[in-house]
Amino acid sequence: MTTPDKKPDTKTNETVPLSRRRFLEFLGKGAVCTGTLAGAGRAIGSSEVRHAKRAFQQNDEQYAESMNNPPKVPDYNWNDHQWAMGVDTDRCIGCLRCMEACKMENSVQMDAFHFRTWVERYVYLEGSNTAIVDSQSDPNNIENAGSETRFRFDNRYKNVKVDKAFFVPKLCNQCEHPSCVQVCPTGATFKAKDGPVLIDTTYCIGCQYCVQACPYGARSFNESRGTVDKCNWCYHRITKGLNPACVEVCPTGTRIFGDRNDPESPISLFIRNNHVQVLKPEMGNAPNVFYKGTDKEVV
Amino acid sequence: MLSEFGHVTPHIGFIYPNESDMAWTQLIVIYPYITGLVAGAFVVSSMHHVFNIKSFAPISRFALLTALCFMFFAPSPLLFHLGQPTRAFNALITPHWTSAMAAFGYVAGFYVCLLLLETWFAFREDIVAMSKVRTGIMGKVYGWLTLGSDDVSARALAIDHKAARILAMIGIPAACGLHGYVGFVFGSLKTREWWSSDLMPVIFLLSAVGSGVGLLIVLYVIASKFRKTPIPNDTMRGLLYVLFTAITVVMVIEGLELLEIFYKAREGVETVRELIMGPIWAGMSIQWAMSVFVLVVTSALLVFDVHGKRLVNWLFMSGLAMMIGVLAMRWNVVIGGQELSKTMKGLLTYYPELFGRESLFVVGIISICPYFTLWLATKLLPPWEETIVPEHRVLDAHKLA
Ligand code: SF4
Ligand code: SF4
Repeated sequence: MTTPDKKPDTKTNETVPLSRRRFLEFLGKGAVCTGTLAGAGRAIGSSEVRHAKRAFQQNDEQYAESMNNPPKVPDYNWNDHQWAMGVDTDRCIGCLRCMEACKMENSVQMDAFHFRTWVERYVYLEGSNTAIVDSQSDPNNIENAGSETRFRFDNRYKNVKVDKAFFVPKLCNQCEHPSCVQVCPTGATFKAKDGPVLIDTTYCIGCQYCVQACPYGARSFNESRGTVDKCNWCYHRITKGLNPACVEVCPTGTRIFGDRNDPESPISLFIRNNHVQVLKPEMGNAPNVFYKGTDKEVV
Repeated sequence: MLSEFGHVTPHIGFIYPNESDMAWTQLIVIYPYITGLVAGAFVVSSMHHVFNIKSFAPISRFALLTALCFMFFAPSPLLFHLGQPTRAFNALITPHWTSAMAAFGYVAGFYVCLLLLETWFAFREDIVAMSKVRTGIMGKVYGWLTLGSDDVSARALAIDHKAARILAMIGIPAACGLHGYVGFVFGSLKTREWWSSDLMPVIFLLSAVGSGVGLLIVLYVIASKFRKTPIPNDTMRGLLYVLFTAITVVMVIEGLELLEIFYKAREGVETVRELIMGPIWAGMSIQWAMSVFVLVVTSALLVFDVHGKRLVNWLFMSGLAMMIGVLAMRWNVVIGGQELSKTMKGLLTYYPELFGRESLFVVGIISICPYFTLWLATKLLPPWEETIVPEHRVLDAHKLA
């Protein structure tokens, strides 16, 4: 997918390949509900009764429309940016706002088994040397929430002594050497110049080889579209100068986002001022999501 | 409450939430299985064509037809599996060469062409003869199949044999490549402990040869029973040698593979142990029980120098056991690999669905198709090295009407 059809834009002199531009354009339309992020949790909970599983998401027709008739993206030069994300796990309270916002913003399947971002809970019981981990697909959490479309951690550790516990938000790491891109037979998934790994869902054949290849379980398959899905840091938002939806709604500032080309951006400061780690460094994927305060048990 | 999300794979321990929707299902189990049968059948057909081992002559052309018919259906499980099957050609038009899967279309296409060509050269003499003795539609069809070349002089036939031999020679590395490559699709993924092994292509290849030989033994014995023809002792002995070699090498290498996993004992090795004791317990038992059975029986047949009817019966059972064992092995690799979570802290237990696009039903249909096609193919091009007489008109339009 290194299409050579680059043509300098007369106005901004940018060098985004034309095919990419079309692709960026439809992403812009992906965001039909950028304004509805606040109160996300409530919206999902209450609308679930009326509209079965969708809440404020795009339905499939709207999605198809945004694919076939992409809107224009404002002038944006992907050579000027190097996006990155930081996660300060010490701050995370496991409220799952990020996850709910993401589900709505990006029309992720409204169930407990397909996520672009999710939150894991690590708990060391007293005297134990290993952590017990659970997340949204855990049957007890689903049962506790009372629905597959509502997301809450249950209170299972109420009556036991806990030594230490913390939450770890997860998402696609937009790897520098993405194994998903390596294995994609069509080139439908590719690494953008400004960092994110994107999927052209009009080109993906749905073989799911990339799902197998991602070491972080960041990819999921959308059965009704027949293509794969994963986090793209809300590419339609960041190209407009907005933060990704999850960063926007996080009430504790756990998620930090910004441009590494700008030394004063939040992410540059975060990386400079903290000891940061990446997940599974031994995989050689060189993630672009940097964690502060993780633990030996975090996978 | 729990029944509401019965549509996803249940798990224990901790898995990434996205893993509960298993990506590759039983269709991807039979894909390497079918290509494996092709590779195995082809190797047997080459024994005569390339190495001129006379004892394989009676089965050589039948093996070639078997390879061809199974190869036709090798890509079908993949097509059924794709979320967007109509876009399958994207991988051919714009192959992304760093992907192991991108080459599949080309490799498979090349191999089908090779098999078609070799079949034509191997059967040309018969086709010409048939175009002379058959009447009606079938006569015309055979006429077309000669592709206008009806020279059956000794010189022309010698050229046929030479061409078939050269094609078979190219075919051996191609068959090994085709199947070693399938092993690479799995073995090259660093993500999954159960797959990521340098031995994977070798294991796939050798077990493929084993299952292919097994298939040929089974089909040949059944076909001979139906046609009421004697089964040549030499051919059976030859197949026995190949089967014995395949099973011993496969078992050694698979044993080494397991030994390596547990000896290296990387992080999460306990979960691997639980995987073998848990979700794929049945599969592992079948695989190893069948392997041991084949090993014991083939060894005994060799040690006691068995011939005749007893050889046929026991070899038939070994062949069947080999096929079942390899099918179980494919399941253990493909499904087992995904049942072991990428977190190495959890296990899934996969339950196949019965009906639907990726169901056992579809798998059953796809698995039957090659046999049916082979049956038709043997009617069209009888591979049994018999003289062609006008009465042999099974597919003749007159008779069908
Ligand atoms: S985290 Fe997974 S999906 Fe995301 S870029 Fe890395 S390999 Fe690809
Ligand atoms: S599912 Fe789509 S994006 Fe993933 S490897 Fe296949 S074609 Fe590429």
